[in-house]
Amino acid sequence: MGDSIEIIINGETQAFDAAVSVAELLARLGLPEKKIAVEHNLEIVPKSAYASHMVEAGDRIEIVHFIGGG
Amino acid sequence: MAFEDEKLVIAGRSFSSRLIVGTGKYKDYAENAAAAEAAGAEIVTVAVRRVNLTDKDAPMLVDYIDPQKFTYLPNTAGCFTGEDAVRTLRLAREAGGWDLVKLEVLGDEKTLYPNMPETLRSAELLIKEGFQVMVYCSDDPIMAKRLEDIGCCAIMPLAAPIGSGLGIQNPVNIRLIIEQANVPVLVDAGVGTASDAAIAMELGCDGVLMNTAIAEAKMPIVMAEAMKNAVLAGRQAYLAGRMPKRLYADPSSPVGGLI
Repeated sequence: MGDSIEIIINGETQAFDAAVSVAELLARLGLPEKKIAVEHNLEIVPKSAYASHMVEAGDRIEIVHFIGGG
Repeated sequence: MAFEDEKLVIAGRSFSSRLIVGTGKYKDYAENAAAAEAAGAEIVTVAVRRVNLTDKDAPMLVDYIDPQKFTYLPNTAGCFTGEDAVRTLRLAREAGGWDLVKLEVLGDEKTLYPNMPETLRSAELLIKEGFQVMVYCSDDPIMAKRLEDIGCCAIMPLAAPIGSGLGIQNPVNIRLIIEQANVPVLVDAGVGTASDAAIAMELGCDGVLMNTAIAEAKMPIVMAEAMKNAVLAGRQAYLAGRMPKRLYADPSSPVGGLI
């Protein structure tokens, strides 16, 4: 257990066993890839890179979607 | 034969409807979708926010208002700097692939008045990034011209503060902005009821953007339809050209041939 890493997702710290791809991270969170956008340490992650783009310990992830607004 | 208007063209995209509606403040997304439908809108403004990680079954806007059917116009509500706005709209572009955006950089929480120096700077940053910027702005003709000169694709002065429903407070300025503009001018914010929308269109606006006037009506879907009719009526009245105002009466029945 001592090997687990922390990733900050939308301001919340979450524990993971090891570095994960964005696709794996989204799958674990149960979020639909099509309806969201991901930012990794302030850089946009293109949808085409979700499978290969790795998220490491201490990284900051923002996952956003569209909501009602004026 | 029914009157056929020319299309509203924004950044090379053509729209039949001149009414853009917001998607905030509704009871739920179902009512929101019905109102957008009743308004005949083709463009809806949307906000970009963090997904809810704890309640994954929370309803999502895209499940109610189809982005294939409506043009999503992502906004920068809540952004106070150019960097915030760019960051937000980059995410919006990745989420949906749109480059047509609504820039609003607010300067004061009480009035929600736009911070115009920062709006201008933000618009420059966004245009450099390839965005097509529809810009929420004050009703200052000089600022409106500057925004057009740097490449904004639509100028959207406020009629009155956001959510105030006060109607057009400064028709003279709105008219000045319209007269000098070579891009569409849409009144954004401050419309309270159908007559306000009609007045905006009679002034020669190319369109109207509203949210609260519909969302906070007792019957939002009926108000949405009223707004659709008002925008159309105002547009037609503008194109038809109003009669001159006279101080005294002018009889409608001929005075000749009286018995």
